[in-house]
Amino acid sequence: MVNPMQPPMQKEDEMVDRLDGSGTEQQLQDAVTTAAADTKIVVQTRDLAVYYGSFRAVRDVDLDIRRGEITAFIGPSGCGKSTVLRCFNRMNDLIEGCKVEGSVTYHGLDLYARDAEAVEVRRRIGMVFQKANPFPKSIYDNIAFGPRVNGTKKRSDLDEIVERSLRGAALWDEVKDRLKTSGMGLSGGQQQRLCIARAIAVEPEVLLMDEPCSALDPIATSRIEDLMQEIKTQYTIVIVTHNMQQAARVSDRTAFFTTELNTESDRRTGRLIEFGRTTKMFSTPEDERTEQYVTGRFG
Amino acid sequence: MTAQVEAPAAIAVALKSPPAGSRRLKDVLFKGVLLTSLAIALGVLLTLLVDTFIEGRPRLNMDLISNMPSARPARAGIQSAIFGSLWVVGLTAAISLPLGVSAALYLEEFAHKNRWYNRVIELNIQNLAGVPSIVYGILGLAFVARGSLGWGFTVRTAALILSMVVLPTVVIASREAIRAVPSSLRQGGLALGATQWQTVYRQVLPAAVPGIATGSILATSRALGESAPLLMVGALTFVTFNPDGFDSPYTVLPLQIFRYISEARSEFKPLAAAAAIVLVLFLVLMNSFAIVVRNRFQRKW
Repeated sequence: MVNPMQPPMQKEDEMVDRLDGSGTEQQLQDAVTTAAADTKIVVQTRDLAVYYGSFRAVRDVDLDIRRGEITAFIGPSGCGKSTVLRCFNRMNDLIEGCKVEGSVTYHGLDLYARDAEAVEVRRRIGMVFQKANPFPKSIYDNIAFGPRVNGTKKRSDLDEIVERSLRGAALWDEVKDRLKTSGMGLSGGQQQRLCIARAIAVEPEVLLMDEPCSALDPIATSRIEDLMQEIKTQYTIVIVTHNMQQAARVSDRTAFFTTELNTESDRRTGRLIEFGRTTKMFSTPEDERTEQYVTGRFG
Repeated sequence: MTAQVEAPAAIAVALKSPPAGSRRLKDVLFKGVLLTSLAIALGVLLTLLVDTFIEGRPRLNMDLISNMPSARPARAGIQSAIFGSLWVVGLTAAISLPLGVSAALYLEEFAHKNRWYNRVIELNIQNLAGVPSIVYGILGLAFVARGSLGWGFTVRTAALILSMVVLPTVVIASREAIRAVPSSLRQGGLALGATQWQTVYRQVLPAAVPGIATGSILATSRALGESAPLLMVGALTFVTFNPDGFDSPYTVLPLQIFRYISEARSEFKPLAAAAAIVLVLFLVLMNSFAIVVRNRFQRKW
C-alpha cells in the first residue's frame, strides 16, 4: 500500500516539480520563498468550509499551523473552532452528514484526498478531548493502547514507551507505583494528563487539544499549560479554548473566530476573522471584532 | 424592585405545614396503587412456587435426578430430561451468542443507519422477537428436522430452532449494551490511530461485556423454559437415556413435566411438581450467574 502521508522532505521537490519551466522568474522566486516558509508549516487550510448536512457550520478558514508553535483558536460558542480542529485529524468523519470543502493539507498533502487514510492521519495528528476520556483499563494499558494498535508488541518496548510518555506528560512520579490500577481512579487533572500521555505515546507530530482544561480547576489547568510549554518543541500544538487568558498565556499564534448571521437563513455560521501572533492579537488586533472580543466587550 | 422578605416565623409555619388535603391524598393513593401492583405480582408467583413445592416435596430427592423416566411412577425420574436440557441449551448458547453479538456489533458499529437494507434488518429483528415460538417449531420441522437439512429429531435440530427463538433477544440485548458504551471511548481509540475494528474489539466490546453477558444469559434462560417449538421436533418422546451427542434423540425438562402432568395416574403429579422445582432452580441458577458475571466485570474497574 502506498502511504499517503509522505515524509515532509519531499515537499520542496514537489514544489519544484509543480513549477517546472512554465512559470515566470518572479513566480518561481515567490514559490521558492513560499516553499522555504512552508517547511515550518505543518497544517494549512485554504477556503475551508465545513457543513453538517446542509448547514454550513464554518467558512473562510485560511490557517497556517507552524511547527513547534502553539496555535490557539478562540471565539464565542458555535463559531466553529472545534469543528475546524476536528478537520485536522478527520474526526469529523465520524459525524454523519459532515462535509468538508476547501483544502486541508498536511505537509502539502491533501488530508481529504481519496487515498488519504484517516487512520494514518490520526496516528500523526493526535487529539486530546474536552472531557478526559481514559479507557476503563489500567494506566499502563491506557498508554500502551496506541502503540499496541500500531504494531508494538514487545513488552520491554511498551514499558519504555509508557514510562517515556508518562514522564512527557509530567505524570510519571504520581503514578509510577500504580501503573496497574485503573486510569479512571485518577483525579480529573491527572486523567487529562493521562490522555495527553496516551496521545504522545504514538509520537504524533501534531497534538490537537479541544478545550483540554475546561473541566479542570485552576491548579490542574496551570499544570497542563506548563506541560504544553514543555512539549511544544517536540509537538506542534493546536488548542481550542474558551479562556482568553489561557490563549494569551500559552499560545504563539491566535486565530479568532466569530459567528455571523447568514443572510439566506437565520442560522449562524462561524468564520475566521483574524489570525496572527498572539501578542499582536491581544494588543493591536487589526479587526474591530477581535479587539472587542479580547477586551471582553462581547462574546 | 425590592424582594419580599418573609418573616422567619412565617417561614417556620410554612415549612411545618403538610401539603393541602387533596395533594396529600393523591400522594398516598398513588403509593398505594403501586404497592398493590407489586403485591399482586409477587403474591401470584409466591403462591405458585409454594404450592408446587409442597406438592413436589415428597419426590424431591436424589432418586428424581438419578432415575430415568419410567411408566412406573415409583421408579420414574427426570435424568434424561435434565441432560437433554443441558445439551440443547448449551448448544443453543454456543450458536446464538456468537451470532447474536456479531450481528449486534455490525448493526451498532458498522452499519450505515440510513441505508434501506439496514433499516429493513433492524425492523425485522424487532418483529422476529415477537414471533410466537411455535412458528419457529413449525419452520424447524419443515426445514431442519425434515426437508433439506433432514437432521431428524435430534439435539442439534432442537438447538438450531431454539437459537432462532432467542437470537433476536440476544441481538437486541447486545445492541443495548453496545449502545450504552460512551462514544468518548470510541473517539479516544480512533484518535490514537486505531482502526475501527481495533477500537470496537479492544474498547467497545470489553466495555459492553457485562451488559451483553447479562442480556444473553437471560435470553438463553428463556430457551431453557421453552417447550412449544420443541413439541414440533420430537422432544415429547419417551427417552430413557441421556443424549450422547448432537445427533442423539432427546427430551427436555419442560416437556418431561408436561408428560408427567398429562399422565392419568395421580402418582405422577408430585413427580411433575418436583421436576418443575428443578427447572425453576436451573433458571434461578442461570440468572444468578448473569448477576455474578455483571458484577465481576463491573467491579474490575
